[in-house]
Amino acid sequence: MLASLFVDAFRFIPDNAGLLLNKTAELAELAFTALGIAILIALPLGLWLGHRHRGLFVALAVSSAGRALPSIAIIGFFVAILGVGFWNNAVALVVLGIPPILTNTFFAVEGVDPDAVEAARGMGLTEEQILTRVELPLGLPLILAGLRIAAVFVIATATIAGIAGGGGLGEIIANQAAYGLPGVLAAALCVSAVALLTAAALALAQRAAFRRMAPTA
Amino acid sequence: MRTEAAELVFDEATKVYPGRESAAVDHLSLTVPAGEICVLVGPSGGGKTTALKLVNRLIPLTSGDIRIDGTSILEQDVVELRRSIGYVIQQVGLFPHMTVEGNIGTVPRLYRRPRSWIKARSAELLELVGLDPSYAKRFPAQLSGGERQRVGLARALAANPPLMLMDEPFGAIDPIVRARLQDEFLRLQKEIRKTVVFVTHDVDEAIKVGDRIAILREGGRLAQYDTPQQILEHPADEFVAEFVGRDRALKALALRTLGELELSPATEDGLPRLPADTSLRDALALLVAERRNALLVIGADGAPLGVATREDLLA
Amino acid sequence: MTGWRLADGGPVIPNFGHGSECLRDNGWLCTSWVRQHWGDILQPALVQHIELTLIAVGIGFAIAFLLALVGFRWRVFDPPLGAFTDILYTIPSIALYQLLVPVTGLTVTTIEIALVSYTLFVLYRNIVAGLRAVPPEVLESARGMGLTRRQTFLRVELPLAAPAILAGLRVATVATISIATVAAFLIYYGLGGPIFDALGQPDIFRTELLASGGLAILLALSADALLALLQRALTPWSRLR
Repeated sequence: MLASLFVDAFRFIPDNAGLLLNKTAELAELAFTALGIAILIALPLGLWLGHRHRGLFVALAVSSAGRALPSIAIIGFFVAILGVGFWNNAVALVVLGIPPILTNTFFAVEGVDPDAVEAARGMGLTEEQILTRVELPLGLPLILAGLRIAAVFVIATATIAGIAGGGGLGEIIANQAAYGLPGVLAAALCVSAVALLTAAALALAQRAAFRRMAPTA
Repeated sequence: MRTEAAELVFDEATKVYPGRESAAVDHLSLTVPAGEICVLVGPSGGGKTTALKLVNRLIPLTSGDIRIDGTSILEQDVVELRRSIGYVIQQVGLFPHMTVEGNIGTVPRLYRRPRSWIKARSAELLELVGLDPSYAKRFPAQLSGGERQRVGLARALAANPPLMLMDEPFGAIDPIVRARLQDEFLRLQKEIRKTVVFVTHDVDEAIKVGDRIAILREGGRLAQYDTPQQILEHPADEFVAEFVGRDRALKALALRTLGELELSPATEDGLPRLPADTSLRDALALLVAERRNALLVIGADGAPLGVATREDLLA
Repeated sequence: MTGWRLADGGPVIPNFGHGSECLRDNGWLCTSWVRQHWGDILQPALVQHIELTLIAVGIGFAIAFLLALVGFRWRVFDPPLGAFTDILYTIPSIALYQLLVPVTGLTVTTIEIALVSYTLFVLYRNIVAGLRAVPPEVLESARGMGLTRRQTFLRVELPLAAPAILAGLRVATVATISIATVAAFLIYYGLGGPIFDALGQPDIFRTELLASGGLAILLALSADALLALLQRALTPWSRLR
């Protein structure tokens, strides 16, 4: 039964390649827009707070509150405010994507060896130079790990947006009546593929960042 | 549990790591008499630590044998063997989730000793290693490096093992604290009289703590096994002489005290006075610093014992 | 726009109760509605949600622990097991629910299976990482003192991994409470019930959305705080480092 479902799903993919590509592109547009905005907000904030060694409480609160937010309620909340469309979902995903990026960036910079920072200050680097040339490269692996968590989460949640008029693969997944179970499975496989590819790309970047820090390891 | 010290014999003990051509420890034969401290010393690559870990079978022997009180380590159950040997390492390896008392009680608990016994034993051992009994409830993270090593020593002594293995126990501790720990360890050893195998890369530490020193050279071969005095005064070859240092004559002076000299009767007034237990090296340093040729040796009660001259010290 | 719920399409039963002014304006949080429907909507949903979470985290922990033992003891199995939990985590929940329906039907079991599979991702990683993080010198001294492999695991490795394991349990519990709200896509169960109910109204029923969503957040934060306290109580030594 399960096997035949997979067979049907794999038949669905070539038969509806155009539709799936279209919907994957929509999902990617929504998820990456939200991710981009989340990065633009959370990254500088995390860097600044971490550099100043301030806001530990904020970082911890954002991290637990972020995990506590029920995605469907957040999406619904922004539908109630912004109506149905692209931006209600994008804003909800931004809200859900910020916490892991902010907390990881904060702890990445906050945890940089204070001796290295002091040495840099002693060598006459400005605060901005310390942040960009010492703390950012040293904290990069952890920052990228945060990005990875946020990316997988935002992509998976973007499918839920499908039931709130966000389009994308979620629209297929939420409409078994029209596309059948094989269609649902095929679309789910596409979502997993996008999530795994994004995670793999960020994992590679993370590994490269690690290797640059410890060439012998 | 045996309480008395045990005699330890290395008999052609050899270790070749898999995939390596040369041996790490090469036909090592030596006997550590019961109750003595044997220091394994040598350059890195000399196989000191490997030789030590062969004894409690953390590293398996390739060939040869090691016997404790005549019984081969290969004939004993490995877990029982390890529980009957105290083991102290440089990084201490205290269990961070247990209190000091919990750490000390680890092996006694395995022997199902009652709680009250462990409590009493831990208090006794803390005192023995020079820590206040109030340390019992602390966690390792609340201790300094020196205190941690003391607890490590107490933990190794908990089951009253007849043999102790110590792998650079003071290696990670700053020089001032290290000297104090060495002194206290020697005082402790006078009380408990264990057989100890002690690994270090520091010749001065070896000379200070060892009843006997085994110098291992590259490839794990024994270069010389003798008392510190003999090694300093009669190094077996160029390698040993080079290893113990060009100042070995001075180091030898450090091993003897003024009390061991034949003193001449006091005739001169105003000589610097030094107690009889001062080392010849320190006495010489004083003479050089004060530009004097002789000093007055005094007893523990302050009474003059006699005069020692520069020539006497260097004879 | 498709329906909010899998079985959408039937007539929507409104939950407005007596139409106070606040409700007629669809206000953000009408306390009268909350008071009136605490007993028949919110409280049962909350209890169901707690049940869902406890069972999912409990079973998820048991499975993750066994998998982690395998991945820890035999290193070769760690990458495939890690990848397996990763992939499970990327499957969109609303898809997973539907895929399970032909097998387990429109039941709570279906929801639990999905929730359990999402907990594995966090729990597996944290348990393995915690066990691996035991310092080598601690393991060496345990071995040197004559602890058997089993004793080393039970007395040294497991207690030392406890902070990481409990941290994983915290994250997994909070995440499960959040994800479980989506379960109502399938059947009216847990706090997702009233949330989807509110979303299904022609003009989103704000009070019900905010009240039930807020309850889910409160539940998650309370669970987080409770587990943090448990973590402190069980591993007093871990705060000293």
